[in-house]
Amino acid sequence: MTTPGDSGARETWPLWEVFIRSSRGLSHVHAGSLHAPDETMAVRNARDLYTRRAEGVSIWVVRASDITTSDPDARGEFFESPQGKEFRHATYYSESESVPHL
Amino acid sequence: MTTVAEGVADLTAEEAEFERLIDADSRVEPRDWMPDAYRKTLIRQISQHAHSEIIGMQPEGNWITRAPSLKRKAILMAKVQDEAGHGLYLYSAAQTLGIDRDEMFEQLITGKAKYSSIFNYTTPTWADMGSIGWLVDGAAICNQVPLCRASYGPYGRAMTRICKEESFHQRQGFEILLQLMRGTPEQQRMAQESVNRWYAPALMMFGPPDEDSPNSKQSMAWKIKRFSNDDLRQRFVDMLVPQAEVLGITLPDPDLKWNEERGHYDFGELDWSEFYEVLAGRGQANAVRVAKRKKAHEDGAWVREAARAYADREFAVRDGERVAS
Repeated sequence: MTTPGDSGARETWPLWEVFIRSSRGLSHVHAGSLHAPDETMAVRNARDLYTRRAEGVSIWVVRASDITTSDPDARGEFFESPQGKEFRHATYYSESESVPHL
Repeated sequence: MTTVAEGVADLTAEEAEFERLIDADSRVEPRDWMPDAYRKTLIRQISQHAHSEIIGMQPEGNWITRAPSLKRKAILMAKVQDEAGHGLYLYSAAQTLGIDRDEMFEQLITGKAKYSSIFNYTTPTWADMGSIGWLVDGAAICNQVPLCRASYGPYGRAMTRICKEESFHQRQGFEILLQLMRGTPEQQRMAQESVNRWYAPALMMFGPPDEDSPNSKQSMAWKIKRFSNDDLRQRFVDMLVPQAEVLGITLPDPDLKWNEERGHYDFGELDWSEFYEVLAGRGQANAVRVAKRKKAHEDGAWVREAARAYADREFAVRDGERVAS
């Protein structure tokens, strides 16, 4: 399965996906991608490219070619199981509406 | 591009899904099916936008060593660095459409891909750093804010990041001009002369008038573009006039005046023959810009190759250790 933005082996430097933790207590979130020869340079490039204004306290990089994704063509079936299972949401239970602290 | 009831039956499931996403103001993501023309339009637009950022480093890079103070020099370096960053965000976004960076570079060097004509004008005075920030980046912001909602997800996300950073660019330019206008008569003249040169080219950054912009309609139907060239140009002029008043600078257009009825400023005809001349490669600096980009890329080749060779060796050593243990 190909990865978004993976250019294969044609370019000199491989593509890396960058994830940034914007502050303590928050998850790393995908910020974008960049080219770098190895993981050390990828982290440095990510610092220069994605945190020029103190946008992050921690950076993850991962080779784009190492990411496995769900099959976009099977989107419907793959994500079907929650359909019709509204009982998984608190809003499904209306009897308790006027009861305090519920 | 709106879904017409009788047309639906003729669409494949993929086409119908694409239409549904566009109609619902949702976003198209890299691995979704999309029409070839949509993909091509985006590759053209995003890569040209990326090239503009990268080439756009040159007219200002020209002044880094001659900035009038350490503070201005630091600001200018930060701005040029941002432009490199913006180019890289956009190249990444274009790459998700199946084109790689080497190919985009080739297209730039061979002239197959264009970049914004505005960067083919030269920057002979320090006031030009002010005009570029105020007028060129101002026009760019006007153009780019609606692109944050472009229907192609990676493009919109890159634009959101860019727009956040771009407002510093415009403000620092405005401040350069304001400081010159508060200075000596020579400094004031320098500011006015620079604005005289940049005003019309900045207005032309929005592209030809709507009736001469054949691709615009399709781009708007696909929700890549949200407003027409002329609408954006009008919006820009309406914003500029009060800002020019604060600066005490005259915008070089005798036909510029408030139209009570329209609720907008009227402005004079632009010289589109100049626009097409620059586009055709006959601007002040077309050849220099591309040659410099090519040289920078070629001069950096050994660095890219050496870093790659080092990385390959490190990977090989690690793989060897893994096998041995």
